[in-house]
Amino acid sequence: MSELGGALSADERMTVTAARALGDGVICFVGIGLPSTAANLARRTHAPGLVLIYESGTIGAKPTTLPLSIGDGELAITADSVVSVPEIFNYWLQPGRIDVGFLGAAQIDRFANINTTMIGADYDKPKVRLPGAGGAPEIAASCGEVIVIVRQNRRSFVERVDFVTSVGFGSAAGDRERLGFSGRGPVKVITDLGVLEPDPETCELTLTSVHSGVDPEQAREATGWPLAISEKLTVTPAPTQAELDALRELLATQTLNGSDG
Amino acid sequence: MVIADGDAVALEGFTHLIPFAAAHEIIRQGRRDLTLIRLTPDIILDRMIGAGCARKLVFSWGGNPGVGSLHRFRDAVENDWPVPLELEEHSHAGMANRLVAGASGLPFAVLRGYVGTDLATHTTGVATITCPFTGEALTAVSALRPDVAVIHAQRADREGNVQLWGIIGVQKEAVLAAHRSLVTVEELVDQLEPRPGAVVLPNWVVTAVAEVPGGARPSYAQGYYDRDNEDYRRWDAIGRDRDAFRGWLERELLATESTKA
Repeated sequence: MSELGGALSADERMTVTAARALGDGVICFVGIGLPSTAANLARRTHAPGLVLIYESGTIGAKPTTLPLSIGDGELAITADSVVSVPEIFNYWLQPGRIDVGFLGAAQIDRFANINTTMIGADYDKPKVRLPGAGGAPEIAASCGEVIVIVRQNRRSFVERVDFVTSVGFGSAAGDRERLGFSGRGPVKVITDLGVLEPDPETCELTLTSVHSGVDPEQAREATGWPLAISEKLTVTPAPTQAELDALRELLATQTLNGSDG
Repeated sequence: MVIADGDAVALEGFTHLIPFAAAHEIIRQGRRDLTLIRLTPDIILDRMIGAGCARKLVFSWGGNPGVGSLHRFRDAVENDWPVPLELEEHSHAGMANRLVAGASGLPFAVLRGYVGTDLATHTTGVATITCPFTGEALTAVSALRPDVAVIHAQRADREGNVQLWGIIGVQKEAVLAAHRSLVTVEELVDQLEPRPGAVVLPNWVVTAVAEVPGGARPSYAQGYYDRDNEDYRRWDAIGRDRDAFRGWLERELLATESTKA
């Protein structure tokens, strides 16, 4: 797997960038899909001491294969501890024991609020019914900080989400404090085009980094509000060969069947 | 008869030990107007909803884990097919705590959650409560008391004591919150040998036990068989199309023998 089998894809760049955002030794509450792939990649590369917690109650999971669901047997048999669903939320998440919550989104808005519930103007007559909240509202409220990983386009990056499933910064700076949240909220939104971070004053999502080869104007066009671009805009360092190899190896482990015994 | 038309039925098992065989039998028996309760509807409830068993769904995350949408669930919500489906949706933390309250004989549970989200305004059973000791504003969620809880476990002994282990989800809470309970098991044994981290439900809180080997497929039973991830992927194409779904229902369920549930 050491050969670069084809061009670097936008998803690969996004996943590697997201993995780098997780430091070694961090306690991370992991959502399914892209967040899980990125968190497992981090554990296989620069962050072997990353503690993975899944809402299925698996604490300190060390999967050797990439799970398809958040409750694959591989997570349970490699975990330090397996607890019930009430316990994972009440004892572990709620008191603020988790450093980072890692979430996906169907829609995200200017103030990093997340919608995973429905698309449309009327809740009772949705244009598209999405899966719903899952663990995300409390993860977004109670983790020390939140990282969001989502593909950037006009459908996903909207001025105001159709439904606030999980609160980012509400409507303005100061809303999180007013709502009584213990965590700092979304500190990074990582996309296939670059990285957005909340403005330190206004909390509005601002483009702070683009992936190499991406014109900041491209990010602007893919955003449903007038996107602010940081004066200190940087270019995301490209994935290294080692990171790409590790990612491709990881994806290859997502075997058709689970792997508990 | 454990389950009657119009009952509120919780079918639990968080990714692991999902009681598919029991659900299939409920479909075969043609139960109608059920209120189905489950944190993650998963493809088990997608099937029941598509078959027209449900009038209402109480849930927190309705996707096909790692695969995508639950298309029968979406068709019911978006197009009222085959019958309209009323929704009562919560977060995982909220649902788990509602079952904890039910199991504890309390009218509600307290948590930090829902604050600032649109969930609280679109669902019943969520209210703000003031802590009598600190004056802090917290969230109350109403107790769930299902008529029936249905779960699948690894083992029961001949006296009907039930043992399950691995990812244990909210099965204990669901059984203790419900008025009646039905447990299918992989095997009946003469004696339950102790297992680390296992949940044991004594026979006096269980209404009925049935031996149904493979009763959790295509989900999994730790120690018995793996999650059939390929079957979850296959469901996407079947569930997506009404005719394909109806064909599946006729071929795989209605034309096959009842298991001894």
